[in-house]
Amino acid sequence: MSIDPSRVRRFAHGSRVPGWDDAADLTKDPAVVPDPATTPVPEGLRAEVEDYMSRYPDFRSAAIPALHAAQRLHGWCSPTAIEQVACVMRLTPGYLTAVATFYDMFSTEPKGRHDVYVCTNISCSLRGADALYEAMVSAAGDDPDFHVQSFECLGACDIAPMISVDGEYIGPLVPEDCDRVVADVKAGRPVFDERQLRHRPVAEKLPVGGGAAPPPTPDRPAEGPTAAQNDVAGPKDM
Amino acid sequence: MRQLLFDDIDRPGLHTLAVYRRERGGYEMLQQALQMEPEEVLTQLQKSGIRGRGGAGFAMGTKASFIPHGDMDKYVVCNADESEPGTFKDRELMQKNPHLLIEGICIAAHAISANKAFIFIRGEYDLQATILEQALEEAKRANMIGDLDLWVHRGAGAYICGEETALLDALEGKRGNPRLKPPFPAVQGLYRGPTLINNVETLMNAPLILRMGGEEYAKIGTERSTGTKVVSVSGCVQRPGNYEIELGIPTRDIIYGLAGGPDEGRAIKCFFPGGSSAPVLPGTDENLDLPYDFDSMAKAGSMLGSGAIIVVDETIPIVDLALKTAKFYRHESCGKCTPCREGTNWTVKMLERINTGEATPMDLDIMASVQDQIMGNCLCVLGDAMAMPIASMIKHFREEFEAHIEAARERTGLGVSLPMANRSDHAGPGPLLQPDGGGATAAVV
Repeated sequence: MSIDPSRVRRFAHGSRVPGWDDAADLTKDPAVVPDPATTPVPEGLRAEVEDYMSRYPDFRSAAIPALHAAQRLHGWCSPTAIEQVACVMRLTPGYLTAVATFYDMFSTEPKGRHDVYVCTNISCSLRGADALYEAMVSAAGDDPDFHVQSFECLGACDIAPMISVDGEYIGPLVPEDCDRVVADVKAGRPVFDERQLRHRPVAEKLPVGGGAAPPPTPDRPAEGPTAAQNDVAGPKDM
Repeated sequence: MRQLLFDDIDRPGLHTLAVYRRERGGYEMLQQALQMEPEEVLTQLQKSGIRGRGGAGFAMGTKASFIPHGDMDKYVVCNADESEPGTFKDRELMQKNPHLLIEGICIAAHAISANKAFIFIRGEYDLQATILEQALEEAKRANMIGDLDLWVHRGAGAYICGEETALLDALEGKRGNPRLKPPFPAVQGLYRGPTLINNVETLMNAPLILRMGGEEYAKIGTERSTGTKVVSVSGCVQRPGNYEIELGIPTRDIIYGLAGGPDEGRAIKCFFPGGSSAPVLPGTDENLDLPYDFDSMAKAGSMLGSGAIIVVDETIPIVDLALKTAKFYRHESCGKCTPCREGTNWTVKMLERINTGEATPMDLDIMASVQDQIMGNCLCVLGDAMAMPIASMIKHFREEFEAHIEAARERTGLGVSLPMANRSDHAGPGPLLQPDGGGATAAVV
């Protein structure tokens, strides 16, 4: 069987690997360490990055905290954000881009302000996380404020299936709950307050069967958690 | 059941310094340790026989004793990058009792005479990192931690950073790629200085060991698996959560007794005894009666790992489970070593072929041989962490895989495969030479 070469999709520079032409403009020289005189850096960001740099024996250790700070400020690790961090840290933008592209929490493409991570790993998917992810994607729709991402294990399998909204863990959820998640975020309320992980006591204090929604099966759709679980009081200040 | 770490952990305000000092005698053990010679503290840790709670199960005291003496900069790194699927014990411990961790780190730092320490916490644990930062700030202000330079460092989402050398690279501000070992971190770790890396739960046990004495602590649990262990039970159980147990109790007591077992009328198909990296054990009576400790799990062909039990009931198709597992490792492979980068990718592709009906039972042999070629051939154990569960699934549930393959072929109209006719030299070395006995599937047991 021969392959028709015209059917093989190729990118601008002839490579079959997608993204190679986005990652680097081959016609340009590599960017050097930005010149502080011509690179304006917001004062708050500069102070924060310099504070991180002072904590470590090697200033480069501050790369990840600094990128977190820049992403908070700019919404994503934009070329400007990376250039500003590079300017303060005296590193090349290439170094920081290499770091930013490695980690799941950094985005080198524009994204919505609100990070919604849906855990779709083993424990959560045993309890219907894939349906939850699809429901979350459709609930968020094409709202540019939301960045819905399916994520690997978020370390909260006790409230599976769960999602993390801007770092706040909530669960267990059923697909129908996604609309409320979106509404709560838009209204600026605490998202799904009664099912936040921070209120959850140790498992031994929960009734058996009330800890999470039972795993859904084709003949029996997922049910919500029992009322008993929602009444459990936890330390509110934690 | 004896509880050390989880004892009344929900007490309101335990995360504050005032309550921790008043109710738990907080930082007393650190003060006591600072009066002792570092060697004495180390001896107590060694006598306790505590083994690492992060996954490898290496004796903590022995690890600390590898740190060279002398005046160089030494580091303690707390591995709080809890990313093993099914594991969530450190999250609850850090959220509810952060000062115990800080005290434990300070004691470990004194034992090896380290002057700098970091808590590397995964970036997704925003709440826990904030609580730790507040607790640390409070402890520093009250002058509790002496002259130890301790910081909370947030990661940014990468499973590989739970591997100790990848964690060090991430902490140095690089991509989290594992390093070649040796040199081990105890000799040349963070910033090329001697570094002690321990899991959150291990370090939290240090103040408790000093309080009760190493020998007394060693009486809890079994002879070679001392102490208590926080077990995270998740998946198809009625009450998933963290439970503190004495090592050595029957696995059945954890899954059925504490976690409530699977839903009424369902049987356990298999379970991961120690996170998704552990080979699965079928839910037979024999396996459920195994004592839950490091050695018994190893003898049964699996491992205790991070102490995360993921229960899978009979309604879950094994192919879906294998695909989910393999996809996770494909996503998280850092790409540095070829066997892992390619092996995880091809395993996913072959499992997807099963669902699309393109596979034949021969694919199972090829898949098993791919796992065999990943094992032990990479810098770190991420590849092995996929190879072990996948190989164990093929080994224990081969018939279900084959039935699934045939059903999918039937569905897509490709017809029945002829497994024997397809078996040829092209299928790769290893398992085909000894289809039933040796080869890849048996090698990982």
